[in-house]
Amino acid sequence: MLMILHRPLAAWLSQLVLGLQNGAFYAMLSLGLAIIFGMLNIINFAHGAMFMMGAFATWMLANYIGIGYFPSLILAPLIVGFLGLLLEKTVISRLYKLDHLYGLLLTFGLALVIEGLFRNAYGSSGLPYAPPGALQGATNLGFMYMPNYRGWVVGVALVVCLATWVVIEKTRLGATLRAATENAALVQAFGVNVPRLISLTYAGGVALAALAGVLAAPIYSVNPDMGSGLINTVFAVVVIGGMGSILGSVITGFMLGLIEGLTKVLYPEGSGAVIFLVMVIVLLAKPRGLFGKAA
Amino acid sequence: MSVSTTSTTGSPAKLAMERTGRTGFSRTQFVAFLIMVVIIAVAPLVLYPVFLMNVLCAALFACAFNLLIGYVGLLSFGHAAFFGMGAYVTAWTAKTWGLSAELSILAGGATGALLGLALGWLAIRRQGIYFAMITLALAQMVYFFCVEAPFTGGEDGIQQVPRAPLFGFISLNDDRAMYAVTAVIFLAGFLLIHRIVHSPFGWVLKSIRENEPRATSLGYRTDDYKLIAFVLSAGLAGIAGGTKALVFGIATLTDVLYTTSGDVVLMTLLGGLGTIFGPVSGALVVKAMENYLAPFGAWVTVTQGAIFVVCVLAFRRGIIGELGALLKLSL
Repeated sequence: MLMILHRPLAAWLSQLVLGLQNGAFYAMLSLGLAIIFGMLNIINFAHGAMFMMGAFATWMLANYIGIGYFPSLILAPLIVGFLGLLLEKTVISRLYKLDHLYGLLLTFGLALVIEGLFRNAYGSSGLPYAPPGALQGATNLGFMYMPNYRGWVVGVALVVCLATWVVIEKTRLGATLRAATENAALVQAFGVNVPRLISLTYAGGVALAALAGVLAAPIYSVNPDMGSGLINTVFAVVVIGGMGSILGSVITGFMLGLIEGLTKVLYPEGSGAVIFLVMVIVLLAKPRGLFGKAA
Repeated sequence: MSVSTTSTTGSPAKLAMERTGRTGFSRTQFVAFLIMVVIIAVAPLVLYPVFLMNVLCAALFACAFNLLIGYVGLLSFGHAAFFGMGAYVTAWTAKTWGLSAELSILAGGATGALLGLALGWLAIRRQGIYFAMITLALAQMVYFFCVEAPFTGGEDGIQQVPRAPLFGFISLNDDRAMYAVTAVIFLAGFLLIHRIVHSPFGWVLKSIRENEPRATSLGYRTDDYKLIAFVLSAGLAGIAGGTKALVFGIATLTDVLYTTSGDVVLMTLLGGLGTIFGPVSGALVVKAMENYLAPFGAWVTVTQGAIFVVCVLAFRRGIIGELGALLKLSL
């Protein structure tokens, strides 16, 4: 068998796919964080909790009403997005005049509340969710066996990230959004309902996290802590990429997933820390982040 | 960046004019300090000493954290790294090398300070939200290190750490003796922080909090000041963690987990950012809550989250800040 750096090729390829899959989650989550930050100037610490709620919504839809995986892909983000809308309207919107750090503290508190409530209701052992039949099994690509579900996750994430980029960069709505990010007061003077735009932006970012949660439900066991573990890594991804660019967060997300996957082949013990190590290097070389704008 | 901290007596100029002796205490603060000392002395007669020691360690941790957020305006979300590594190193040196109590705690503090020097040097490159995210991420790296490193004992942690005799001959196996040591460490740390804040160095820190570009234009190397404050804060957090490790005889992954970082933010926010006695009262409330709500499981987390939300929305000055505003005193 072909060996690269004393590791079999099959191990490289399978970790490559796994890395891309994790990268898909990093990309979707950091994209949502970047959109929310651009508009609201808040770092949404509750993003991991929203991701977790997306997975739980999927599980609940299946176990309580018998709604399958594919409808959940639409329904769960809508449900969680609506919850996000309510949160923004009732709580988060009160903070816009304050320092950014209060937004961080508030959403951290919200994450604790949400995760605590789910832990009370469902325990922390995790609930199983089977992937739909159509996506089970693996496909022989000739040089490797590709698990279908992993390919599906990467594909969906790419499509969604691209669609988000098109909406923000190429449509009229996106242009309004970008204008409001630059100067909300001026856009409001042109007759745009900026507070509504802000609410919808938050809901949109949260829905992205929830969609990632739906995709994650069949892979990870659905449990209340699934988001808080991931969000710390995503914060490092955000620091590496900088939050200035949509495409930048997507590229950074996938790239770091890959780096993490490949580290797993070479030095498994270091795979948990490698993203943070990359962050340190980026901070030393380019403190603003790879795609960050100058302040 | 300007996290609004409490200047209850109005303008900073008026604050500066307030009669503060060589200690940096105003008369009311001195009285409040004496009351605190009396409470610390009397409390173990009424309450369980181990619980009180837990509170004192948490209070020192929160005071150290407050030095950054309250006086420099830097929100670190990674202070668990210094607290936890302090706990590990104290536990390890006490158990493996059989160091005496004061030396193992100092080793914990030195570890916190050194780690603070490394992580702080990286983190101060960015401000505001990014600073918080970077400290969180760096602390997560420390957490991964502790999971993998052999000396931490992984999931088991370092257990059955002996309370080695103080100075090699004063036994600490009795909880009252350990309590006295913990109380002295806390008070020393508290006074040190107070002294730092009221020194010329402390005034520069506060000027950085209020307006960093201005401080730079006045010729201060603000990065150096921030780094020194970070190292001091991290070192004291390490001492707090080390003391806790000796009190409970255990150092675990929970001490380095990000939830511990969240805890210390909560204690300080609840007590009052940038107040002298705020972190102490916040630590008391949070630890009491953890203690008495423990049977209700995850409701502790829910309550803590709710307190965060309420504090940020309606109660930004915290307990002591509000009390000070009510009494028109700077506490």
